[in-house]
Amino acid sequence: MNRHFIQTLGHASMVACAAAVVAFLGLILFELVGQGSTVLSWEFLSAFPRKGMTEGGIFPAVFGTTLVTLVSTLFAAPLGIACAIYLQEYAADNFFTRLVRASIRNLAGVPSIVYGLFGLALFVQGMGLGASVLTSGLTLALLTLPSVITTTEEALRNVPRLTREGALALGATKWETIYTVVLPSAVPGILTGVILALSRAAGETAPILFTGVAFYTRYLPGSPFDEFMALPYHLYILSTQHHAIAEVRPLAYGTALVLLLLVLLLNMMAFVVRARYRRSA
Amino acid sequence: MHHNYKMRIRNLDLHFGSKHVLKNVSLDIPPNKIVALIGPSGCGKSTLLRCLNRMHDLNPDARIKGEILLDGHNILHGNTNPVGVRRKVGMVFQKPNPFPKSVFDNVAYGLEINGLNDRHKMAARVEESLRGSYLWDEVSDDLHRSALDLSGGQQQRLCIARAIAVAPEVVLMDEPCSALDPISTARIEALMLELKKDFTIVIVTHNMQQAQRVADYTAFMYLGELIEFGETRQVFESPREDLTREYVKGHFG
Repeated sequence: MNRHFIQTLGHASMVACAAAVVAFLGLILFELVGQGSTVLSWEFLSAFPRKGMTEGGIFPAVFGTTLVTLVSTLFAAPLGIACAIYLQEYAADNFFTRLVRASIRNLAGVPSIVYGLFGLALFVQGMGLGASVLTSGLTLALLTLPSVITTTEEALRNVPRLTREGALALGATKWETIYTVVLPSAVPGILTGVILALSRAAGETAPILFTGVAFYTRYLPGSPFDEFMALPYHLYILSTQHHAIAEVRPLAYGTALVLLLLVLLLNMMAFVVRARYRRSA
Repeated sequence: MHHNYKMRIRNLDLHFGSKHVLKNVSLDIPPNKIVALIGPSGCGKSTLLRCLNRMHDLNPDARIKGEILLDGHNILHGNTNPVGVRRKVGMVFQKPNPFPKSVFDNVAYGLEINGLNDRHKMAARVEESLRGSYLWDEVSDDLHRSALDLSGGQQQRLCIARAIAVAPEVVLMDEPCSALDPISTARIEALMLELKKDFTIVIVTHNMQQAQRVADYTAFMYLGELIEFGETRQVFESPREDLTREYVKGHFG
């Protein structure tokens, strides 16, 4: 075997690996779009399920997922960003902060069902918040917190030292420097992290399972203490728990497609935000 | 006659961890003059400069002993607020570092954090500072464009405008022209000669021609020690120390 052949072989095998990854994604998309697009309509998105979920739409699930995702962001974003600012800008590099960082990394590795049970124990039973939008939002916030913290830390770390020194040299205090120079420069990175965390939260089932999601609700949640329907759980029911599984199969595909599109939309938003800020900065 | 000095560095020692970077440096900086710090890379000249506005506070490894008097007050004293020091001792960095904001906001930044709220006064000060750094004519048509769209030389003059806007007493310049082309360099040098009417300037430079063109006094440093300090002409033309002679002749460095 000559060197040229080895190079060609190496190149080809890596292209093959990349192609395989893309192929699986393509297969999923092909299957979902092919099967799901037949039921996709304005009515499907805007109507309540009817006749034991064999007809009608999935509006309450779309609404519930959107709402609970926003609630989780409301908690995760401020908490995570503040935590990252402390770790990156203020905390000395000592045993305590190394412990905190290790804990955050471990938190990111905790299976999502454990978050669900934790949410059940702490928020539903311990704090007596009941199974609700608020409880699920809090549980999802815990789940996304590590990634918000990690991406924010990364974004803060990427602000050049020289930019910070420029502000300090003008007589800015440390907080003024962080607030007026460092944070604005880090916004694209932080925003990207938050949106990606959001898209993760939107697709999770286990954390909301015991903490607020309902099989079926007749009304949209009217307060943070109401139960709600959600896309991932709705999909789970339609595909495994329904009394007429074969009959609702198209609806399940449609639900899967909508969930995928929602997550895709969020990812696109992250992409656009990053691209826009990169151009202006 | 020590009251005639703007800044006095007295027996300054600086360690980074176990590394002894500045060794017993003493240096007097007269007001409204330009003092150049020269010496080979790693001699400690930038480190010394950054002592003068307490930039080393950011580095937990830095330990400083000795005194630096600004108008007779020791700025290294534990009770001295470094933020207050930096409002009196401004700095221009080696690479232009405008904030990712508009030209106007860059110059206004220091004024804002110092509590200037009056919009008319603000606009006047921004214009005055941009005129002072000879940038006004090039940017006055659109003050709200991003500072990052300016050329490197313009960015550096913007950083000078930003530094002088807050009316410091001393301006430190850390190789301000090292990233600039010769034309931009010439403009900054002309600007420095103009600025010394109002400010005291300390400049670190690698460029010995530059030191001779702009500096009234020159300090030559080597391996953390101040080898020689005197009027620029004397240091370059009749140095007292052999090391200085070798260096200014270009034998090493």
